[in-house]
Amino acid sequence: MSVLVVAEHIRGQVRDVTRELITAGRELGPVTVAVIARDPAPLVDAVNVEGVAEIVTVQVATDEFENDAYQSAVEALITDRRPRVTLLGFTVNSMGYGPAAAAKLGLGFASDVHGVALEGDAVVATRSFYGSKVSAELDFPGAESVMLLLRPTTWVPAEGPGGASVSSFEVTASPSRARHLELVEPATSTDVDITQAGFLLSIGRGIGEKENVEMFRELAEKMGATLSVSRPLVDAGWMPASRQVGQSGKTVKPTVYLAFGISGAVQHLAGMKTSGTIIAVNTDPEAAIFNVAHYGARADLFDVAEELEKLF
Amino acid sequence: MRIVVCIKQVLVLGDEVEFQDDGLDVDPDYLDSALNEWDSFATEEALQLRERLGGEVVLVTCGARESEAALRRCLAMGADRAIRVEATGRDPFTVARALAEVVRAESPDLVFCGVQSSDAVQAATGTVLAELLGLPRAAVVTRVGYDEDARKVVVDRELEGGLLDRVEVDTPAVLTIQTGINEPRYANLRAIKQAEQVEVDVRSAADDGMPAYRVRRMFVPERGEGAEMIDGSPAEIAGRIAAIVKERLG
Repeated sequence: MSVLVVAEHIRGQVRDVTRELITAGRELGPVTVAVIARDPAPLVDAVNVEGVAEIVTVQVATDEFENDAYQSAVEALITDRRPRVTLLGFTVNSMGYGPAAAAKLGLGFASDVHGVALEGDAVVATRSFYGSKVSAELDFPGAESVMLLLRPTTWVPAEGPGGASVSSFEVTASPSRARHLELVEPATSTDVDITQAGFLLSIGRGIGEKENVEMFRELAEKMGATLSVSRPLVDAGWMPASRQVGQSGKTVKPTVYLAFGISGAVQHLAGMKTSGTIIAVNTDPEAAIFNVAHYGARADLFDVAEELEKLF
Repeated sequence: MRIVVCIKQVLVLGDEVEFQDDGLDVDPDYLDSALNEWDSFATEEALQLRERLGGEVVLVTCGARESEAALRRCLAMGADRAIRVEATGRDPFTVARALAEVVRAESPDLVFCGVQSSDAVQAATGTVLAELLGLPRAAVVTRVGYDEDARKVVVDRELEGGLLDRVEVDTPAVLTIQTGINEPRYANLRAIKQAEQVEVDVRSAADDGMPAYRVRRMFVPERGEGAEMIDGSPAEIAGRIAAIVKERLG
């Protein structure tokens, strides 16, 4: 059972998700890590960790990620090495080429996978459906090789010294049809830095209307908390992006995270699940946030908020 | 110019869940349906481009007759035409194959899909569709700068942490559109009524390809230790929360 892990890097740094993939992969079999870059050599040490048997470098024409370069490199590697399983992160970059390569090569494919197991020679992947309220086991009958995009921050990043062999792999490149121009930082803001707050009061779609933001802002102030939000409130223009918790926003780890009306989309949970104490108030008893919360209450948000305000 | 927008009527699970007898999916009685949130942003982006450059916006969905509700929502926003591909497959490979034939026949300048659907969160269909059409693509787009003369589009892709990757993409291209890129318009009552009258073009899809995966079992996940639930009146809940907060923060 050979495993190919595709390393992800940005601005010359290997991203944590890569070592998470190695942890998941080494449970399945010997791991080969592919490092695809204009200059792969400086990235090799960061992936030479315990459980990696081989590191293969692929030189491409671009420093930063491009769909076409990654797709042709990964397709060539899979065709040459025939791994039983190829692991990519369920990340924005992988979304752009992983599914395409899998479809083209006739691989089995699943994304946002949060559990992988072997049953004999069969790969079984577990992922969620319907707002994370149910899980499903997937298998891949007829597929000799399978590509899985694994959910970030699910496996512990692999550490410890590795003794991998390092080799290089040649790929003939065709001109890129989608060319990286530059990385642009999100607009800097003079707003508070929610990653520094010890106590976040966080609100989500459940607050219903823009007019209700003010009530929770006042509550946060009374309680000595900093107000943060989930993505839908930023998308709606009710709050600035600087206050957004989650994968596309800020990753936070306050002592207390008090959530009102946040259902707990995977991308939100990824940004707050390591908080010290998580308290969630939601009207839906099946809300996914209760899976990571330490304390939960199924109740009307506004009634609880009103009562809470009297206590501070 | 012609923009094809691929949309999906998603299934929404309520407070309770029961499974079908075969255990492979949720009992349809426990599911509601709605237009996928990402797709209203994709439709709005297409409409704004059409308003600037002329042309038409063509909607395509894949599913049973009920999924026409999603098409009518987007027709009411202002899209010109709607096509439904009659198909039952739900995995991204099967859906992309069903869409590909219809989209190719439209010879679009741009194809928009939502980044993902809220019921499955696979973020794969648009990318597979691009592969089947032989088109370049960009995933998770938060800005579309279209240059008609140069036949290219400069887009921002939203990476983790909010960092943007600016990319120049040759067109025709497939872009998967992220929420928050625009403010989707509300349809007025008259437009909604008019959309009810539009005839949806129904096509069939012959499919003999391999699905991406097979669902072997569906189940309610174990909660692990889960949250300790606080019961009682709002005042009692608030009292307990206040006590926890004060104890933790000292």
